[in-house]
Amino acid sequence: MRAYTPKDDVQKKPYYTDRYWVAPQVAKSDVSEDAVFAADFEAIKAKFDVLDAYIQVGQMVIVINAADNFGVIELMKNELAYNQLSELSAIDWLAQEGKFEIFYQMLSMSKRKRVRVKCKISEKESIQSVEKLFRSADWSEREMYDMFGVVVNNHPFMKRILMPDDWEGFPLRKTYPLQGDEFAQWYEVDKLFGKEAREIIGPEIRDSARVDRYDTERFARLGHEVPRGADISQGEPDTPLCYQENEGVFMIEKFDAEKSVVISDRDR
Amino acid sequence: MAQHQVNYLKDGGLPVALTTIDKVVNWGRSNSIWALTYGLACCGIEMMASGASRYDFDRFGTIFRASPRQAELMVVAGTLTKKHAEFIRRLYDQMTEPKWVISMGSCANTGGMFNTYATVQGVDRVIPVDLYLPGCAPRPETLQYAVLLLQQKIRRESASRAQKPKRLM
Repeated sequence: MRAYTPKDDVQKKPYYTDRYWVAPQVAKSDVSEDAVFAADFEAIKAKFDVLDAYIQVGQMVIVINAADNFGVIELMKNELAYNQLSELSAIDWLAQEGKFEIFYQMLSMSKRKRVRVKCKISEKESIQSVEKLFRSADWSEREMYDMFGVVVNNHPFMKRILMPDDWEGFPLRKTYPLQGDEFAQWYEVDKLFGKEAREIIGPEIRDSARVDRYDTERFARLGHEVPRGADISQGEPDTPLCYQENEGVFMIEKFDAEKSVVISDRDR
Repeated sequence: MAQHQVNYLKDGGLPVALTTIDKVVNWGRSNSIWALTYGLACCGIEMMASGASRYDFDRFGTIFRASPRQAELMVVAGTLTKKHAEFIRRLYDQMTEPKWVISMGSCANTGGMFNTYATVQGVDRVIPVDLYLPGCAPRPETLQYAVLLLQQKIRRESASRAQKPKRLM
């Protein structure tokens, strides 16, 4: 996306509109505006480097160094009463900055406040686990590894959680194609039948526009069945549903549409 | 000499019905299709409704079994993920011959709206399918109709020979 530059001289070009939609930034305010946040901020700042801090949508955001993540969250849990880690994940900024942003969403039940702790690591770096502090971090960190490839140190069971163990690639990275890379597209075929079966089974059909309303080779409309390959571009005849062969089945009563009753009372 | 001719092959003659082994076997097979419970997603709810009292699958002889060894029909009801493809194939292989597969709903047929990296684009990439059932999700009546169509298919097939190997695609 093209970088956004403010257009100050709007009088000259009143008809100017941006080519792409640019997400508006929510206003940020200073930490000192909220007494609770200001006290928490001072407590954290006394022990750790804080790169940035602001209040956005009623929540404090603190940007710290990635090496301090365990210490900051330990401090927040034990001394600042942030007793719940509600969410933890990563954001892929590899294209813009070459870094992952990792965020920890903290909630204090007693203060009724939420704080988001953010830090950034580069692609090859790893981060310390906070599983010792919050059990909820266990699966979140595994998911973060599964989806982004962010390796978490000191995690008790660092393994993929959603994708199969033998999966290649990290699906939530921006560089990962939505419909999968070659490995993903042939995954089940390669695994079950081997690579030599690729030619037999063929590539995945992913073009949803391929569905042809008039295709009678592969589709049959219920109640409008025609012989295979018949031309139905001019419409197809109604065919009654065929529950049984014409000659009937031994000991089984043939369904007669004339004698069937439609129950009007649905609650019967 | 008999006063009247008896046609022994017609009704009222000897208490004998003449038929072929194929027909008897297929009659039995087609009216006792035991299905493997295979609800993978929301289609599974419709499959359960078909088995329950209002729609009543039991009257067609279709009884859901929780073991592939006792089942001969696999109703693949729902989205098949790539992680699960291995297991569906294993369960299919564990079913005893003869066996049939109904692919129920758009997701099982083609991947449906899940045009993503993690979804198998149609179960026929993994197991051979006898009947594709459209709908998202198909109503219980539709699943019943599919089973009745499958019964007709079974009656048409030869019973004595081993099942023809089905083409995977």
